[in-house]
Amino acid sequence: MRVSEQWLREWVDPQLSTAELAEALTMAGLEVDAVEPAAPPFHGVVVGEIEACRPHPEADQLQVCRVRAGGEPLEVVCGAPNARPGLRAPLAGDGAELPGGQRVSATELRGVRSAGMLCSAAELGLDEDAAGLLELPGDLPLGADLRAALDLDDTVLEIELTPNRADCLGMVGVARDVAAITGAAFTPPQPPAVPPAGDETVPVELHAPTDGPRYCGRVIRGVDPQAPSPLWLRERLRRAGIRSVSALVDITNYVLLEHGQPLHAFDLARLAPPIAVRHAASGEALTLLGGERIELDSDVLVIADRSGPVALAGIMGGAETAVGEATTDVFLESAFFAPAAIAGRARRYGLHTDASHRYERGVDFEAARRASERATALILEICGGTPGPLAEAVEPSALPERPAVELRRRRLEGLLGWTPNGEQVAAMLERLGTRPEATAEGWRVQPPSWRFDLEREVDLVEEVARLYGYDALPERPLEAPLHVAAAPERQLGEDALRATLVERGYFEAITYAFVDPQLQRRLDPEAEALPLANPLSAELAEMRTSLWPGLLTALQHNQHRQHERVRLFEHGCVFRGSLDRLAQTPTLAGVCAGPLLPEQWDAPRRAVDFFDAKADVEALIERTGAGEAFRFRAAEHPALHPGQSARIERDGRPVGWLGTLHPEHAKALELDGAPVLFELEQAAVGAAALPAFTPISRYPSIRRDLAVLVDEAVAAGELLSAAREAAGATLADARLFDVYRGKGVPEGAKSVAMGLILQDYSRTLTDQDVDDVLKGVVACLEERFGASMRGE
Amino acid sequence: MAADYQDELNALAEEAEAAVAAASDLAALDGVRVAYLGKKGKLTALLKGLGQLPAEQRPEAGAAINAAKERLAERLEARRAELERAELEQRLAAERIDVTLPGRGQARGARHPVTRTLERIAAIFAGAGFQSADGPEVEDDRHNFEALNIPAHHPARAMHDTFYFDATRLLRTHTSPVQIRVMERDGVPIRVIAPGRVYRCDSDLTHTPMFHQVEGLLVDRQVSLADLKGVLHEFLNAFFERPVAVRFRPSYFPFTEPSAEVDVECVICGGEGCRVCKQSGWLEVLGCGMVHPAVFEHAGIDPEQWSGYAFGMGVERLAMLRYGVDDLRLFFDNDLRFLGQFR
Repeated sequence: MRVSEQWLREWVDPQLSTAELAEALTMAGLEVDAVEPAAPPFHGVVVGEIEACRPHPEADQLQVCRVRAGGEPLEVVCGAPNARPGLRAPLAGDGAELPGGQRVSATELRGVRSAGMLCSAAELGLDEDAAGLLELPGDLPLGADLRAALDLDDTVLEIELTPNRADCLGMVGVARDVAAITGAAFTPPQPPAVPPAGDETVPVELHAPTDGPRYCGRVIRGVDPQAPSPLWLRERLRRAGIRSVSALVDITNYVLLEHGQPLHAFDLARLAPPIAVRHAASGEALTLLGGERIELDSDVLVIADRSGPVALAGIMGGAETAVGEATTDVFLESAFFAPAAIAGRARRYGLHTDASHRYERGVDFEAARRASERATALILEICGGTPGPLAEAVEPSALPERPAVELRRRRLEGLLGWTPNGEQVAAMLERLGTRPEATAEGWRVQPPSWRFDLEREVDLVEEVARLYGYDALPERPLEAPLHVAAAPERQLGEDALRATLVERGYFEAITYAFVDPQLQRRLDPEAEALPLANPLSAELAEMRTSLWPGLLTALQHNQHRQHERVRLFEHGCVFRGSLDRLAQTPTLAGVCAGPLLPEQWDAPRRAVDFFDAKADVEALIERTGAGEAFRFRAAEHPALHPGQSARIERDGRPVGWLGTLHPEHAKALELDGAPVLFELEQAAVGAAALPAFTPISRYPSIRRDLAVLVDEAVAAGELLSAAREAAGATLADARLFDVYRGKGVPEGAKSVAMGLILQDYSRTLTDQDVDDVLKGVVACLEERFGASMRGE
Repeated sequence: MAADYQDELNALAEEAEAAVAAASDLAALDGVRVAYLGKKGKLTALLKGLGQLPAEQRPEAGAAINAAKERLAERLEARRAELERAELEQRLAAERIDVTLPGRGQARGARHPVTRTLERIAAIFAGAGFQSADGPEVEDDRHNFEALNIPAHHPARAMHDTFYFDATRLLRTHTSPVQIRVMERDGVPIRVIAPGRVYRCDSDLTHTPMFHQVEGLLVDRQVSLADLKGVLHEFLNAFFERPVAVRFRPSYFPFTEPSAEVDVECVICGGEGCRVCKQSGWLEVLGCGMVHPAVFEHAGIDPEQWSGYAFGMGVERLAMLRYGVDDLRLFFDNDLRFLGQFR
């Protein structure tokens, strides 16, 4: 809502500067977003009148005008098509300064001396209209400073209204609130009833009284459709941000601004009475003012005549019955429609109008007559015509109820932490237009017709609080019984997981949870992804089933910016399954590419590979203290290199993947090198084991190394776990320290070397003990993997 | 004979001392020791030859030889220490490194600035006894709107550009649904914060379709707006690490009443007025209010017995103010030149 300060002060004039007024409004909940001058700075522009025009001797497009502006007539060269004798227009004389700092000086134009320039609205920064001179009213005094003559030294307060304050979508409402906030005097305007000059009315039938309980109509015949909209009216509309259309339309908009009551003027000649306020019937359609034809739903309220719908009630009129250049007879609508009947309908048709904005939020249901009288008076004044009586169709039982609301002193104190002065509270409630009545516990308050947001006690608590001033209310330091918070040790926080990766050189990325379906399909054709019904773009159209699409996109972004070495991780939800069986799984994933280490002076340069990333995953696993529960199993994933990918399991359940990006994907995504990816369910690496102490043996340990030849296909991890199992209770540790292929090892086989560290708790192991264990291990490996001792 | 003996001893001792002095390393020195003091050493041999002397001369000669041996042993020890010190010094000189060369190995990464900010906010509130809670990002209409007193067609819905999946399921537009989930799950009293990702169908210079919020909810007996003002002012002081001026402005949220927006004095210009605060001297950082009784009723909590406050803040906004980031979109580009600044 753009509010002209001048206009506002005509009604309520608190002893506050503009800045103080803006501050007071903001601090009372009517947030002033901007304070702007009503006109950009210019000076030296006066009211001039063209006395005579003659063609410019050297230029067809120009005229030489004799202009009077108080003193001696001046000659001004002008190219405006509407320059004509008798026209009053702004004159910028020698030395004047126009918006933007442009200086005007007397100059010669194609051989004719021009004493200054006559200005259009655009040249003065008042409008976009640059087509001709700004036509000033004939009664402005010649030579008067234009800023004073048009009251341009005004300020526009741009108020950002919250949806509950529909009452302030009109100047009357803003003025009332300013009075309530500041205590300044304000008497709401009561436009006098216009005496009818005849008895012609249009019959109106309320077929949907719940949705449209009040409809005031008035016939005005004989208006002048060509009557110009007066400058004062256009100026007020302009300052409110509304474009001037025609006198009739401007007047309805003006009254909308003044009273917050939407009005609509129909061309009476195009209406086929009676008028019905009803729901649309299925199959009905309407061509709107803008020319668009819409199909109407049966929950949409319309204004209809015998031919069918002529307007979308409370939203927009129809093209057929709109007032135009030939309109002489008008039917003026001023109605109340229930917010529930309008809400959402405009949006459904892609519309948002000044009327729908107000009706959705709630228009004062007692304002219809007032607004109609005001508009009628203005129409008669500006366009002429003879008015019929104001005919009102109303279903009083369907008008909104305003049940009294109890405001208890106890509640007020409890919610605000403040002990109010009773008289002060009553005075505030009165200033809001309610009628507070003292009760034993506090007040019984009758909310006014314009306040749709005062329904409950807390609503009144807020009103009292905001008029008293939130800043003036007490502030109490935090005080509450403290409880010792739980410190679960079996649950690793996200912060611990993040810290592990950060220490290992990863940067945290945050990517959008919706991704490009094409990329997602490429990386995982089988995943069931959830599409958005209204995505922002085709590239952000479905929910991610993995963090990899986002991370790979981030990798690409960085590689394209000369970052060769990239290590990124992300923590976030992935979304798998259909809407009804949707799993939203917190997940941790990473990608690394480029050299393993940052470039340095004393380290071999080597690209990161599977086992580097595996160490990072293992670091996460080790934090759980339950490393033995995890397994890496060779398995294929469509995103990964078939020979370099592992499914990660915890207690036999799949919990993630690790692998090198499939080279085909790397190529298609224009990624350099062979990025390695991992992804883990957060829960799997978040569930930690509580450390459980085992005694430390006092006896020495013995290490025996063992190298076996196995087929290339045998997984080293399984070999090692089998050896562990076979070694039994005396095994303290088993390490895999070499994998060898080449000389001395047959083709298709590999030599795997393990170190077994044996130790007993009760005695020093003998050679015989150790030999027995080793024999058992070898026998087991032979049996399960066809292993043979190397060198035998 | 005795004089000869003495001469021989003197000559031997002199020779041995010269040999000690000439020994240039520990091995040579050890050779000297063996040559004079070893089993077959020259001084040892002299001692063995004592038997050839007359008996009355033996004690004197023996003492002289032993004294010479001792003196030589001392010389040897002194020389050893000298050689060892020289050797160590040589080694130390050889092992000198350029300590200004950088350390070797993996470099550290960094948390995302949004995470860093989230964790700070959570830590500050944890100090005041607020536990963290969470809720799903794909939400239903009931938790995101209805139960928060935002029925269908409520004008407040227009302020939330919502991503939908179907008629009733959507991406949560704020973290406020966690309020409902906590009320339903845990009952009263409540003291939680809910950090998380939220989504709005909007993308321009100052909006990203995904961003982060931290919701707070405290429900207890006799909680008032004064308590809310207190906790938020203390939070903002803690967050900006200095006492900041704060103002509470009436506002509107369907799920709180009274509702307020909280401005903090512009931390860029100190309230003087600048581009960031649009010359107002104030920055809007929070929305808050007293829990609306309709919300309590939806959750089956008696608003006559219990009251509470709720607040919500935008994490990116706070991170931008804290670290001076001037473009929201940087948070989601994941450019290492940006992420690398938050180690």
